[in-house]
Amino acid sequence: MNSIVANAKKLNSSPAKSNKVDRSAFPILDVKNLEVTYFTDAGRAVALDDVSFSLKAGEKLGIVGESGSGKSTLALAMMRMIKSPGRIESGKVIVGGDDLIELSPEEMRQARLQKISYIPQGAMNSLNPVIRIGAQMVDAVRAHMPDESKSEVYDRCINSLRSVDLPASVFKMHPHELSGGMKQRVCIAIGILLQPQVIIADEPTSALDVVTQRQVMETIDKVQKQINAAVILIGHDMGLMAQFVDKVAVMYAGRLVEVCTVREMFTDPKHPYSKALINCLPNLKNKGVFQGIPGLAPSLLRLPGGCAFNPRCESVMDICKTQRPEVATLDGGRVVTCHKFTGEA
Amino acid sequence: MANLLELQNVSKVYSKGLIKPEQTTALQPFSLNMGEDDPTILTIAGESGSGKTTLAMLLLGFIKPTTGQIIYRGRDISTLRGAEKLEFRREVQAVFQDPFAVFNPFYTVDHLLTVPIKRFKLAKSKTEAQDKIDEALTAVGLRPEDVIGRFPHQLSGGQRQRINVARALLLKPRLLIADEPVSMVDASLRASILETLRNLQRDHGVSIIYITHDLTTAYHIANSIVVLYKGAVMEAGDVETVITSPSHPYTQLLIDSIPWPDLEQRWGKDKIFTRENDGAENGCPFYGRCAKASDSCKTLSPMFRIEKYQAASCYLYKDRPVVDLDKLSETLPV
Repeated sequence: MNSIVANAKKLNSSPAKSNKVDRSAFPILDVKNLEVTYFTDAGRAVALDDVSFSLKAGEKLGIVGESGSGKSTLALAMMRMIKSPGRIESGKVIVGGDDLIELSPEEMRQARLQKISYIPQGAMNSLNPVIRIGAQMVDAVRAHMPDESKSEVYDRCINSLRSVDLPASVFKMHPHELSGGMKQRVCIAIGILLQPQVIIADEPTSALDVVTQRQVMETIDKVQKQINAAVILIGHDMGLMAQFVDKVAVMYAGRLVEVCTVREMFTDPKHPYSKALINCLPNLKNKGVFQGIPGLAPSLLRLPGGCAFNPRCESVMDICKTQRPEVATLDGGRVVTCHKFTGEA
Repeated sequence: MANLLELQNVSKVYSKGLIKPEQTTALQPFSLNMGEDDPTILTIAGESGSGKTTLAMLLLGFIKPTTGQIIYRGRDISTLRGAEKLEFRREVQAVFQDPFAVFNPFYTVDHLLTVPIKRFKLAKSKTEAQDKIDEALTAVGLRPEDVIGRFPHQLSGGQRQRINVARALLLKPRLLIADEPVSMVDASLRASILETLRNLQRDHGVSIIYITHDLTTAYHIANSIVVLYKGAVMEAGDVETVITSPSHPYTQLLIDSIPWPDLEQRWGKDKIFTRENDGAENGCPFYGRCAKASDSCKTLSPMFRIEKYQAASCYLYKDRPVVDLDKLSETLPV
């Protein structure tokens, strides 16, 4: 565990030495105007539309939205793992100064896991059932560091397992010998093997029960602090967001409709969709009150004109039906995409 | 008061292997009564492996209990035959977890709704059948013209799950067994499905057994709750009392781990605890994870009654009166 921390420190301090600037003030991740489209038989679907946000080292961002809002597409686009018929049309994903979109396929392969790592949805089912955990971990390290000695690779794997609170004996086990929560932690251990600067976790706890969910989230929190990475947590559980992240980004029909701190989100949501999301949450104070969001998430192939949320919005205005709202930055750096706030920017 | 459903010491043991069977107790002896006259919503809560789905399968008659009897309106369900069995199948309906897996992708939604009408001969003519379908769909908050004639892949998860509830409603059931009905749908749609279920109970007089691992939704919809852990009842009672002041250490851990969408209410105040499970194989199933366990916990604790509507299986409350297992229902309000 100590060597991970030491390596992380080395990683973070070496650029700082050269110019003596506090790196933590600069964003480690900068996503600019990212656009992804899927070309289907029924037409062109814009799954990510002009998505921009940035994250500092050590920050935790939660991305929430209904199914089909483009959350997982965003994660895949940042990893450059969008498959045909999807395509990244434009935009930048800058991690620690390098634009991932510009890299060659081989450089991108190197960047995955080393700069940016991805814990996919249902990650526990992504382990190969017939190969020991250790072999799968060694495989990942070897792909990036072919010259490292056997014992160094082994130490790295064991340290990684220890930092997610798993015993070293897991190294020799097969996936079926582990419980769901342990498999999920193995996936986290693989994700942090090379101390990436950005970790993307796509619904890491959706199949786990509450106690295991808490353990897994505490593990992510701990390793994130150790290696000082930026974490992006994708999910639809606002409760989990309230407990875990610093910043929340709300997605709707491929656009970020609001980005703000978790406190602002829960005390004063601006966008009508964020408001509706917050209001439909069950908590201890509103027993028996069921407030869903009327209507359905729109199909990306047939988006309504103007603001995509206008048919479901309770404070809809005439302009919302004809004109697309632009991104507005309010005081304190909050970002809202709604006509109600465009005047204030 | 006649009983709609009565479980008498029902247990389920799965065994594996022919010569030296290896036995797993999925459900410890469990008794429960549900009255016929006042429809209620009872939550069975627990994490994976707690036996809650086994209980659902037992109630639906898909598997036979190892010991005990399940009595539905005075008849043991394992002895039902012919017309009586059909009647039971109509009156006890289920909604399952995954709204994506239960539809046959080759048929339109109409098929799912007309088959039960034909099977149970609920309508005399096609127009009457259509009226019934429209009525059931409207009751769950769907517009019939939106869903009739569609294929499952053209509908969202929330719509599909509501069609499942509509199908159950069509048959005018007395008991609905809902096994994790909202765990696979978006948070924004959960509210409307839960509201649909509550309206079924309130307006149509259907009793509901709501099986879940999510205590937040249970708190909002149910009247009473039974918390299971490794097949044994840990705590039972009024949902309000159990969730706001849990008494069993396991329930406390569960409630402490709920990610409430509230910045003031942080989770994980208590650290998660584990110990060696030495010599407690037949004791409290929670022994290995309980910070308050003592040597007496190496035998299984009876249920102690803490409040009128709250009982816990834990020696921490050994000065309270004991509730017999078959009187558990007395601690559950309707």
